[in-house]
Amino acid sequence: MHRRSLTFAIAALTATTLTACTAGTTGAPALGTQPKPAGSASAALPAATIELWHGFSAPGEVKAFEDAVAGFRKKFPQITVKLVKGVEDDQITQAVRGGTAPDVASSFTTDNVAQWCRSGVFQDLTPVIKQDGIDLSVLSAASRSYTEFEGKRCVMPLLADSYGLYYNKALMKGNAPPKTLSELTALAKKLTVRDADGTIKVAGFIPSFQYYENVPSHLAPMVGATWEKPDGTSAIGSDPAWKQLLQWQKELVDWYGYDNLDKFRKSLGQEWSAANPFYKGKVAMALDGEWRNAMIGSEAKGLDYGTAPLPVADDKPDLYGSGFTAGTVIGVPKGAKNPQAAWELVKYLTTDTDALVTLSNALRNVPTTKASMESPALEKDANFQTFLDVFAHPKTSTMPSNVNSAFNQDTLQEFFVRWEKGSVKDLDAGLAEVDKRIDDKLKLSGG
Amino acid sequence: MSSTTYAAPPRRRRGEGLKALLWMSPWLIGFAVFFAYPLVATVYFSFYRYDLFTLQFIGLDNYRYFFHDDRAWISIQNTLWLVVFMVPAQLIFGLGVAQLLTRLKAGAGFFRTVFYLPSLVPVVAGTVAFVFLLNPTGPLNQALEFFGIAAPDWFGDKDWSKPGLTLLAMWGIGNTMMIFLAALLDVPKHLYEAAAIDGAGAWRQFRSITLPMISPVLMFSAVTGVIYALQYFSQAMIAARVASGVTDSAGSTFVPGYPELSTLTLPEWLFHSGFRDYSMGYACVLALVLFVASMIFTLILLRQFRVFTDDDGGNR
Repeated sequence: MHRRSLTFAIAALTATTLTACTAGTTGAPALGTQPKPAGSASAALPAATIELWHGFSAPGEVKAFEDAVAGFRKKFPQITVKLVKGVEDDQITQAVRGGTAPDVASSFTTDNVAQWCRSGVFQDLTPVIKQDGIDLSVLSAASRSYTEFEGKRCVMPLLADSYGLYYNKALMKGNAPPKTLSELTALAKKLTVRDADGTIKVAGFIPSFQYYENVPSHLAPMVGATWEKPDGTSAIGSDPAWKQLLQWQKELVDWYGYDNLDKFRKSLGQEWSAANPFYKGKVAMALDGEWRNAMIGSEAKGLDYGTAPLPVADDKPDLYGSGFTAGTVIGVPKGAKNPQAAWELVKYLTTDTDALVTLSNALRNVPTTKASMESPALEKDANFQTFLDVFAHPKTSTMPSNVNSAFNQDTLQEFFVRWEKGSVKDLDAGLAEVDKRIDDKLKLSGG
Repeated sequence: MSSTTYAAPPRRRRGEGLKALLWMSPWLIGFAVFFAYPLVATVYFSFYRYDLFTLQFIGLDNYRYFFHDDRAWISIQNTLWLVVFMVPAQLIFGLGVAQLLTRLKAGAGFFRTVFYLPSLVPVVAGTVAFVFLLNPTGPLNQALEFFGIAAPDWFGDKDWSKPGLTLLAMWGIGNTMMIFLAALLDVPKHLYEAAAIDGAGAWRQFRSITLPMISPVLMFSAVTGVIYALQYFSQAMIAARVASGVTDSAGSTFVPGYPELSTLTLPEWLFHSGFRDYSMGYACVLALVLFVASMIFTLILLRQFRVFTDDDGGNR
């Protein structure tokens, strides 16, 4: 009796454990496993109701998504699309684990793409891309890069962000935006206004890595810094560009005085509010994304500003015009109940010029296909055009797809903050330590 | 009379055993589902590379990584700091407030309510309010500067962030205070009267009567306080987010533990490793470290209090 009970208990425990380990496995058909319906795609697809989860939540953003989907509904009247707003990455992962995945899901960040591709959270789109004969060269190289991992393209780029320099024309006092780091340093010093006791009243440029968008990934293209060696291990310690960036930045931080700059930074308004220091004339030049144009339009009407590509290392003038890009991605999660209809929606939203232009005009993000960027329907002024040009620049780069993308960025950011504070005595040793942490984590994650 | 005279027949004994098991089954099922299974699963997954979807056996690699993961060790140091400083501060403050409330002749109900109210405030709201209260230009710092005291940058300074969290914990002392208050009111008054006749002063009365009489409650509060400190998560994470000004938006890089990892606790690093970095196998190792630390602290406390109360549960 005792032995039988024990056997039963072990069997129950094993079954429960195995069930837990296989959570998320569903019987839904995978993309590309079924033959493509004959006839025109719009007529051949059976009637279905599909659900799309996205991260947008502001009423204007939600409406933009509805407007973009309207064309799909017209094209596929038999497919009902339900939009669910305000969804974050964690919810997508958990839904897939729990077997309640939506048909289509989108994410604002590219940080999880590699992990999602590897673990199969999103289905590989390669078979249906081939099946439908989609020419991926309509996308920029950077966009193609941040939507695939290890040969799997599990998401498509929906809209992109690109980064540049915003400048307050009144505070610039007639100076042209800087093109090199030396020019940026000189102009930042020239435009900075201090009180008699040295307190900063207006900063020409805030070089702190703790200031809003000044994170390693956005700054790296200014010096052409690379994250990985060809074998996938960290290149941060061995690529002299990182050292160049850090030394330039520290010199400017020291000119302000770390404590002075820190006090000034902490006195400033929130990044995502109408109190943003750029709106308030507290900062003459700032690194920011293309979305700031729309925000200025709604939160700081009347601000006289301009935009330009980010300044680049003096010895790398060919980088001028390029910058960092990443963006919103969209795909078909594992367990989607109607994968074929879901793919049609993904395809429509990411390749249809009208859909992309509708979204871009409403959200003021960069559309991701060449046709949509060149569309006459795309609303653009000189300030927005800067970001379209940065996005299209051949040297514009992105974060390499990596299963530890967030960890790597956190690790470098933490080091950067210690560096600017003056806590790092030996830069080479510090960067080598960053390499080691990243490589150790990579090894733990299975390369 | 031999003992065998009273032994139940084997069949009856077995029947009683089954009956006992049946009566215990709700607890047994709860124990198995909510404690035994998660613990076994945690140990199991700690030997695997587990990204929430795929499993790959990697032996002791997660454990080896733990020993040179400096963030894990920093988070352990921070958590230990909270155990060593925050828990005693909570206990002393809670006991002090409860003592004062027992002596109030008028308005006791009002003051009890006032001191208890903060513990009803939701964690997120309380933490956000505290970060603004303690911000460099906030009311507390203005008051300090009014008295000529150099005001710290609390949640923006790595040396002051944990004391800031301790102040937050002391503010929300309501529950502990109420337990102490009940225990203090339960101490028979005649003991104090007898001690006073014998010439015992206030400190002597506190040390020889109050402390031994309330020691079971003190032990309960210490043990639960230590376990709470070992699981400290929400307040540290929210304070760091608010103070850093970095939102969780695309493109932003929020390093947990702002400023300079000083508020990174072990549960926070565990959560980050498991759900942000998708290293659930490694997160299981951190969970086991947390479990072992909780057990060790609890055993030490139980042992210490047993010595203090002379093995009789505090009734000396």
